[in-house]
Amino acid sequence: MGSLPVRSKGMERLLTLRRSGTDYVVTGVAILSTVVVLVPLVAILGYLIYKGASSLNLAFFTHAPVPVEETGGGMANAIAGSGVILGLASLLGIPLGIGAGVYLAEYARGTWLGAAVRFTADVLNGVPSIVMGIAAYSLIVAKQHHFSGLAGGVALAIMMVPTVARTTEEMLATVPNPVREAALGLGIPKWRTVISVSLRTASPGIITGCMLAFARVAGETAPLLFTAFGNQFWNFNLNQPIAALPLQIFVYAISPYDEWHRLAWAGALVLIVMIMVSVTLVRIFANRGALKGGH
Amino acid sequence: MNEPGIIPLIQTRVPQQREPDGTEVHAPAVPSVIRNFLRAKSSGRIADGAFAGVMVLCALSIFAIVVLIVFVLVSDSRLSIHASGWKFFTGQIWDPVSGDFGALPFIYGTVVSSLLAVVMAVPLALAVSIFLLDICPKFLRGPISFLTELLAAIPSVVYGLWGVFVLVPIIRDQVGPVLEKYLGWTGFFVEPNFGVGIFTASVILAIMIFPVISSISRDVMRAVPVNQREAALALGATRWEMIRISVLRNARMGIVGSVILGLGRALGETMAVTMVIGNHPDIVKNLFAPGYTLASVIANEFTEATGDLYLSALIEVGLALFLVTIVVNAVARLLVWAVTRGNTAGAH
Repeated sequence: MGSLPVRSKGMERLLTLRRSGTDYVVTGVAILSTVVVLVPLVAILGYLIYKGASSLNLAFFTHAPVPVEETGGGMANAIAGSGVILGLASLLGIPLGIGAGVYLAEYARGTWLGAAVRFTADVLNGVPSIVMGIAAYSLIVAKQHHFSGLAGGVALAIMMVPTVARTTEEMLATVPNPVREAALGLGIPKWRTVISVSLRTASPGIITGCMLAFARVAGETAPLLFTAFGNQFWNFNLNQPIAALPLQIFVYAISPYDEWHRLAWAGALVLIVMIMVSVTLVRIFANRGALKGGH
Repeated sequence: MNEPGIIPLIQTRVPQQREPDGTEVHAPAVPSVIRNFLRAKSSGRIADGAFAGVMVLCALSIFAIVVLIVFVLVSDSRLSIHASGWKFFTGQIWDPVSGDFGALPFIYGTVVSSLLAVVMAVPLALAVSIFLLDICPKFLRGPISFLTELLAAIPSVVYGLWGVFVLVPIIRDQVGPVLEKYLGWTGFFVEPNFGVGIFTASVILAIMIFPVISSISRDVMRAVPVNQREAALALGATRWEMIRISVLRNARMGIVGSVILGLGRALGETMAVTMVIGNHPDIVKNLFAPGYTLASVIANEFTEATGDLYLSALIEVGLALFLVTIVVNAVARLLVWAVTRGNTAGAH
């Protein structure tokens, strides 16, 4: 033990200098990285707005696509089709997701079954969307022998369930227990407590979760490729192939025609604006929610 | 009735029991609404049980979905599994016309593009997480994290569109020649470079998985108890030493988990990759060469697959993708849970 390192004053200063130097370098690197990351984001959004806005016109919102040689035309049928598919997906996926979330938060806290459901939901969340497309194809399209909006809606609904379930659970977990106990203490049965007290208190957060799940599937293309399939014409029949905005963007983007590229950019802008608006609304909603200071 | 603490729900109307002069009469207890409610016990129990049952069914539906997906994928790819066996994963030739189905080129393309994307995204994501947690002034924190979340909200197909018309020319004309000049000797960056290829796909993937890695690693780092940070600072550590000693070391499992989650996302990403990777089933060292991934072969060929064996082979590709992402995600989730479990309440 006898040889403790004896440091001269100079060495000491050098060491301090090196340490603070490293600190400065790392800080610089972190700041630089943030800038590097923000550049493509701003580039993507800026370019998208520039290209999209310059190719957007009224016909885009009022007309169905026209054949290649003709100019004009729009994606009105695709916007409507997206609405139909997303409506179906929400109708199927959100109630299931909320139910699963209620089970996780209100009935299964600390149980192994709850943990298993939670884990499965998280893992399901990471399954590639194209696999959902194959599953919907095998379950519905292959049985019916034709593509349909129904299959597309089911594929998207499956994707919504785990997201909605997990956010619902997290939001319900922020409802203080005394609130529940107060309700139960008044003799209100559990189901009534869950619906009128827990769910109601957590509703801003749950709506947020639903909107996020909606925004996530709104831009999905892969699961629709061989379920909804796309359609050049107006269609509201769920039993037939139906157009969807992301699908139309994909088809137009990989086509060789300038006119179609223009429409693809316009479609991308519309899609992004739709998603951004819902995400931003969600933020406002969430911040005004009753449980802002949840934890 | 006006006593504090009584909520309107249990108001019981007993008007007759008041004398004209206002004195209260202690009438035999009139059953209150609540007592009636409680007396109707049996119906309450049925309703309670039914409600709980429905909720359990909803929760079990998540299991059902997974089981159903596995079942249809396995049963629909049985034809191909029988025909190709293990050769499916080692065969290098994908030729639907002659009935040769070897998925190795797709596996190669998927693995290489995803790993490259992770290599590019991880240092940036961690640096941004550190910046946002410990360096960033408070007023910038909200806007910057909002912006990075916006990156996650952009749909895959829009990234693809941007990739085709903006990124591909940049890689072809600006980045490509530079990489070729300085790193060409490694054999990874060799002309001809058409802009579409594995490298471009990785760049897009890196941008797409950045928000995942960044937000989850930030959550994990935030879960490190404040005491740990304070202890390091009290011992005279600089900011970076504090981050290295207390934050990164304590959160390392969760950080690895976030990286694996990002990898899982990259493995399954379809549209953007399909649009820029070139779609050519080849195994070459050159990263500028076009490639093909598991997800993009499904996206491209599924609707035009003629013949049951072809379709079945594509579904087997989907099955492989499903199993790989399930395993990757399960591992990642376990790692993230190990760090954040029990910490979330006192995290901030």
